[in-house]
Amino acid sequence: MVLPGRIVKNTLTALFAVVPFISFANSANDTVTVHSEHAPVAVHADGTAHTTEEHAPVDEQAGRKAYIQHHLQDAYDFTFFSDSETGKHFGFPLPVVLIDNGLKVFSSAKFHHGEKAAEVDGNYYVLHHNKIYKTDAAGTLAYDEHHHPTNAMPLDFSITKNVVTMLITAIIMFVLFVGLAKSYTKGPIPTGMGRVLEPLILFIRDEVAVPNIGEKKYRRFMGYLLTVFFFILILNLIGLTPLGINVTGNIAITACLALFTYFVTQFSANKDYWKHIFWMPDVPVPMKIALIPIEILGTLTKPFALMIRLYANISAGHIVVMSLISLIFFFKNWIAGPSFFGLTLFISIIEVLVAFLQAFVFTMLSSLFIGMAVQDHHHEEDHDPHTEEEPIII
Amino acid sequence: MTTIPGIIGAGLVVIGAGLGLGKIGGSAMDAIARQPEAAGKIQTAMIIIAALLEGVAFAALFAA
Repeated sequence: MVLPGRIVKNTLTALFAVVPFISFANSANDTVTVHSEHAPVAVHADGTAHTTEEHAPVDEQAGRKAYIQHHLQDAYDFTFFSDSETGKHFGFPLPVVLIDNGLKVFSSAKFHHGEKAAEVDGNYYVLHHNKIYKTDAAGTLAYDEHHHPTNAMPLDFSITKNVVTMLITAIIMFVLFVGLAKSYTKGPIPTGMGRVLEPLILFIRDEVAVPNIGEKKYRRFMGYLLTVFFFILILNLIGLTPLGINVTGNIAITACLALFTYFVTQFSANKDYWKHIFWMPDVPVPMKIALIPIEILGTLTKPFALMIRLYANISAGHIVVMSLISLIFFFKNWIAGPSFFGLTLFISIIEVLVAFLQAFVFTMLSSLFIGMAVQDHHHEEDHDPHTEEEPIII
Repeated sequence: MTTIPGIIGAGLVVIGAGLGLGKIGGSAMDAIARQPEAAGKIQTAMIIIAALLEGVAFAALFAA
């Protein structure tokens, strides 16, 4: 009797699917002990491997949180991965640029990952929780009651990891778009990467800029909108890679982007817009005076919301992905590992969607605000309270 | 975040966001059902409102 091919195929597929669910017995030294408070006592006499294992149950929760926190923050060097047991880091240090009675440029390798004070021209600087403080030779930091150091901080213009990523993104965007522009000299249809970019650009123009800003004026702002969209998009996508570079999840960067939108709207706003803020028409004078600060605040809330939205979405996504990955290491068995891996994969795919979506929403709302600022409002016929209006019966 | 009021606050934020998004999605579906030609525009508007709502939800989540 000949077995039909599909039965063989199906059984083999089923067997393959079952393999990740086979659970072997946990080896003895993998179990996380519960009575961990007594573990650190008298451990240092043993070898380093034993030390880390005994410390692992105590510090694991804190260690995971510190690891996630470290990923979300900026860094003065580019660490690809580090070996916590031997203390070696694989990566390269980035230049630190300080302004402290003069320009001081040095490599962040002098900080030795936050352990030693760097000596530059007789001044000593210490890296504490990602901030640079000026100290003496021993690296002492004076703490106030909230455990924040009260040393002086020099002006910090360092080329940190985020700055490098933004510069790389700028170079990527430049290369991509100059290439696309050049390919138009050869023919109307772009080739290569341009085929991905052209529909996106047209989408932004036709669905985002023109409906919101209007046919006549959208051309002025297309540069800004396109830049913002692709900048945020590429930065979001870079943040999803395992390089561990989290740029748009940094509130300073989203604050700057929101500030750019704010400046673009304010400086290109026309007289109607300013009239609405400072001297709202058809409103009694005392109320007009009262409305002025409220309206000024109103112009600030919208960029604030832009900032918070992008920051919270991206960093929340990163935290979720990293927490799921750390759970793989917490449950060290054969069922949890692959299932958390699958869940992480699923969430990462959603994160890609979120990357696109947040870039799109930022751009859409920016164009909305610009449109509101730039629009001519044809107010003269609406704001006449004395014309009699015929009731409209729906 | 791991305080009890924080956790309750986070739960309330999620409930609020879920209800709001459900209402948006529901009315968007009704509108598309009435007028299938306008599906693209309705979808775009729905996504914008969803993003705004998510922004509020995330901001509250971070504060909690």
